[in-house]
Amino acid sequence: MEAFLSNIDKVVDGFSWTVRLTLFSALFSFILGIVLTAMRVSPIPLLRALSTGYVEGIRNTPLTLVLLFCGLGLNSALGLSLADSVAWDVFWWAVIGLSAYTACFVSESLRAGINTIPLGQVEAARSLGLTFTQNLSLIVIPQALRTVVGPLGSVLIALIKNTTVASVAGLGVQEASRQMKLMFDQGIAPVLPTFVGFAIGFLILTLPTGYFFGWLSKRVAVVR
Amino acid sequence: MTTTPLVVLENVNKHFGDLHVLRDIDLSVTAGEVVVVIGPSGSGKSTLCRTINRLETIDTGRILLDGQPLPAEGRGLAKLRSDVGMVFQSFNLFAHKTVLQNVTLGPMKVLGQPKAKATERGMELLDRVRIGNQAHKYPAQLSGGQQQRVAIARALAMNPKVLLFDEPTSALDPEMVQEVLDVMTDLAKEGMTMVVVTHEMGFARRAANRVVFMADGQIVEENTPDEFFTKPQSERARDFLSKILTH
Repeated sequence: MEAFLSNIDKVVDGFSWTVRLTLFSALFSFILGIVLTAMRVSPIPLLRALSTGYVEGIRNTPLTLVLLFCGLGLNSALGLSLADSVAWDVFWWAVIGLSAYTACFVSESLRAGINTIPLGQVEAARSLGLTFTQNLSLIVIPQALRTVVGPLGSVLIALIKNTTVASVAGLGVQEASRQMKLMFDQGIAPVLPTFVGFAIGFLILTLPTGYFFGWLSKRVAVVR
Repeated sequence: MTTTPLVVLENVNKHFGDLHVLRDIDLSVTAGEVVVVIGPSGSGKSTLCRTINRLETIDTGRILLDGQPLPAEGRGLAKLRSDVGMVFQSFNLFAHKTVLQNVTLGPMKVLGQPKAKATERGMELLDRVRIGNQAHKYPAQLSGGQQQRVAIARALAMNPKVLLFDEPTSALDPEMVQEVLDVMTDLAKEGMTMVVVTHEMGFARRAANRVVFMADGQIVEENTPDEFFTKPQSERARDFLSKILTH
């Protein structure tokens, strides 16, 4: 255990990348997820088709492939660069891949939430003269979000854990699981305590997230 | 006396699949008039009401509001709907907004009124429907009758040219029906143009200028309430009235 603790700076650095990956990916996937959902329920058939195609396509592709496409395909093969330093370049490509993937699950959760809103409220909003966009942004999405806070918490927990795929799939982000592997490779840490240490690190991130979202979903629930 | 009709339906037809729910409907409502639509279940009266603000589309025919045909979609339709208030059977208040916010949302977001003005007018309307002291509660905290009165205030806040009521008391417990009908009767007295689909015959007698009787998607009979309830002309109307007035 001392060997593990003597490398604590590497552990902390790893988790700091994990947290950054999670925060940016959560933000972008949330925004993209809302856009996809809005497209999915819009009156324009082309937008609905695009959204459905995107969600069904990406959601059913392994995350590893999505991230490999970003890392090996777009970043390495096509040479598209998002930042000057390599560390940040791969970081942003990982964020893009994770966001593109997670947005599908955000969108599917939100769509389930929309289905719980009584049609009558949408009709009432329409009959006041609200436009489609106003109806969505003032009446439908706010209520849908409140009903799916719990499921969105699960999506976030999955995202936290999915950040570990970023290093496996060719994007060398120095996140926690990659730091762990490097520590093994360099032979500077005993295997078992290191595993347990990193697992506890992830629990410290995920458990409070779960409890927080559970609390939040009760707090903001819409009483009908 | 010349009066311009505010709402005109000309030869309106609508189908739900094979079901012909509106058959050659001709109806005109003048400003200040209260028209009560009655008839057996499935006669098309709710559908008729909902076509007037295009919550239901029509297959053939024309609907005019203030002389203008209803726009098919887009901003024109939104504008039209802001001129036509609607009160639903199931209230349909926005569950995540307070009573006051329900009433001020339309004026602020559709009419672009500043919050202070919308709030002042909203409170005035809530007082008028006798529910001002509940302004900061959420819909789920109110009784059905109270919710329906809020829904009426919400519709009035848009200063509509005409108010549509789609069975406004049908989802209420019996003891709450009267408080809603009282508010509607006041509105009728104040000269609000209203189209009311209802089963409340007392309200029809008291507040209506005209009763429209529908059956099987057709307007079977139109008359003043006195004439209609005392001397119905058609067999269908006599049959309907005998069923509802004897129990």
